[in-house]
Amino acid sequence: MKICISACGKDPDSEVDPQFGRCNYFVIIDPEIGSVTSIINPGSEASGGAGIRAAEAVVGAEVDTLLTGSVGPNAFSILSEAGIETHSGIKGTVAFALREYQSGKLALLENSNASTHSGMNKS
Amino acid sequence: MKIAIASGKGGTGKTTVAVNLALALEDVQLFDCDVEEPNCNLFLGFELEPVEEVTCLFPEINPDKCTLCGDCADFCRYNALAALPKKILLFPSLCHGCGGCSFVCPAGAIEEKSRSIGIIEKASSDTPLTFFHGILNIGEAMATLVIRSLQRHIDESRPAIIDSPPGTACPVLAVLGCADYCVLVTESTPFGFHDFLLALEVARALKVPVGVVLNRDGLGDSRVEDFCRAEGIPILLRIPNDRMIARLYSEGIPFVKEMPEWKEKFEEMFETIKALACKSTGVQ
Amino acid sequence: MRQLAIISGKGGCGKTTLTAAFSSLSENTVLADCDVDASDLPLILKPQVLKTEDCLGLELASIDLKLCTGCGICREICRFGAVLENFTINPYSCEGCAVCTVACPENAVSLMPRVSGQVISSITRFGPMAHAKLDTGEEASGKLVNVVRKRALELADRHSCKFILIDGPPGTGCPVIAAITGTDLVLVLSEPTVSGLHDLKRAIELTAHFRIPTVACINKYDINEKKSLEIEAFCREAGIPLLACLPYADITTEAMMEEETVIEYAAHSGDPGAVEFANIIRNLWGEIEMRLSDTS
Ligand code: SF4
Ligand code: SF4
Ligand code: SF4
Ligand code: SF4
Repeated sequence: MKICISACGKDPDSEVDPQFGRCNYFVIIDPEIGSVTSIINPGSEASGGAGIRAAEAVVGAEVDTLLTGSVGPNAFSILSEAGIETHSGIKGTVAFALREYQSGKLALLENSNASTHSGMNKS
Repeated sequence: MKIAIASGKGGTGKTTVAVNLALALEDVQLFDCDVEEPNCNLFLGFELEPVEEVTCLFPEINPDKCTLCGDCADFCRYNALAALPKKILLFPSLCHGCGGCSFVCPAGAIEEKSRSIGIIEKASSDTPLTFFHGILNIGEAMATLVIRSLQRHIDESRPAIIDSPPGTACPVLAVLGCADYCVLVTESTPFGFHDFLLALEVARALKVPVGVVLNRDGLGDSRVEDFCRAEGIPILLRIPNDRMIARLYSEGIPFVKEMPEWKEKFEEMFETIKALACKSTGVQ
Repeated sequence: MRQLAIISGKGGCGKTTLTAAFSSLSENTVLADCDVDASDLPLILKPQVLKTEDCLGLELASIDLKLCTGCGICREICRFGAVLENFTINPYSCEGCAVCTVACPENAVSLMPRVSGQVISSITRFGPMAHAKLDTGEEASGKLVNVVRKRALELADRHSCKFILIDGPPGTGCPVIAAITGTDLVLVLSEPTVSGLHDLKRAIELTAHFRIPTVACINKYDINEKKSLEIEAFCREAGIPLLACLPYADITTEAMMEEETVIEYAAHSGDPGAVEFANIIRNLWGEIEMRLSDTS
């Protein structure tokens, strides 16, 4: 299973970047086989539509799960269309975010607006 | 003659000047081109009727013909298309309607449709003033399209007063680009002066003659005046820093209505502008 | 790192004055002036520039007249009227959509990078600051705002700062979204004018969408107490804490004339009105600092 984390740098020691669309890199980790790769986020340089470019790249990397901070509505519709599970609330390093996810501490986004406190409450 | 009322930044009293000037004169037209925040009618309170819908073309992809090659998404400079493994997704709010995707699609799978991005409204005929404004739908980016549609309703045979959007970006260029005269509204403070210089740069780049209205006069210093004197830019009007005016503003009442002495001052300003605009077109 | 963004529906309602005042009250803070259309904070904070970099905007078409045969296809296909009769490009109209480059049978059109402004890292008497300057006719973009925020983050790292204070752009468009995403708290500044409540509502819709904790503050509340009451009622209903009501005061302009923050001005002018005004802002900042430290 491939897990993708929005980050400032390329490796597991990098700080995470909670801004999905504008982060510099996506670090992609497959815990089962222990692989770590990274891709440059093409959205970080976009004038507009950054989240869309970013989501397209993440989908293209065939990941299963995304760990990040906030995702705008456009990017979220791409991620859900592609069946990628998005979890929010990351902080610290990439490795730390991964551990948090594995221990079930990161909330699953049900819609693009959802946060840890809002539950299923749509408004 | 088209007079644009502009300022480097919002909140300097641009709308106040536009509305009061229009109300002080007979037989003029007022166009609110600040389509992202059309506030003139908050002061006028006119009954409005729709005139036209402003549309923008956008692509529609025929899934039966699309081969998912991704060329369209690659081409789009505004990231309005996303190529996913099983589908091409369009994000209409980012689309500028350039037509590029349908041009490059090798499969002929894209057809262009039009969508509404805003509306033009006008005051119903029993109002004393010809008034039009445009509203850009929330979340839409193409303000310039709405402004251009709005400008097509200007009756060239009568004076038109145009409330320009604030700032120095595309929408402002669209308004100033077709104006015969530009009134810059500013305050003589460090902020006001700085923003004024930015707006002046735009007006000069477009070669539109400029005059200044000093708002909240008495506050601040003489830096705008000194500058204008040195540069030969006329000060057309001074609106004092007056609590009465501030209060009327906050209540949405144009102050010419409550303070009739201002009607004359605005009329005078208009005569000055007419003379100056004639002179400058004569010279050019 | 805690980030606060200060926004208002429209420009010119004291946002910069307030940001400047906060910067003189807060310790360990980096300023990010994202009001790039008309960046006024530098006028008060007098930044010493450390580093300037160009920020590229949308590209600009350019026709190689040696290759061009004057067939006119580009003029016809350009939806923005940017190709002039003599086959040069009007830079103010060109949106960099690139359609002309693919339509030209002679391959005579190419896209050139276009500088839309500069992003500047500086140091001020209250700490580091990131800001930007737009070129004439260029638009504030989400990208530019984002680069300013990135520079602010770097400065915060380098100077071990705890807070980032973002002076947001006006409106509710893409630049505003770029200014508030990922922040911990948004302060919406409102004014009791006809458009004030309407602007406030739109700003709050936006922060609600991103689920960012939001607080509000009314500037010049006493120029129209009735409208202020309406704003207050609206905030109560929407569950937005209204942290302060600032009176209409000439001190804001007087301080600006001295190129000082209201806090500095009050400290040496000794004018009781000014001191009182400064105290309201001090309390407001206290509230905000508490909430910022809380929102973890
Ligand atoms: S019309 Fe232009 S802007 Fe719209 S999706 Fe197609 S290429 Fe992109
Ligand atoms: S260019 Fe045409 S065929 Fe290719 S993905 Fe786009 S719509 Fe489909
Ligand atoms: S399409 Fe190419 S060859 Fe034709 S006029 Fe334009 S630039 Fe010249
Ligand atoms: S890039 Fe687009 S907007 Fe610019 S000239 Fe070419 S077709 Fe027109």
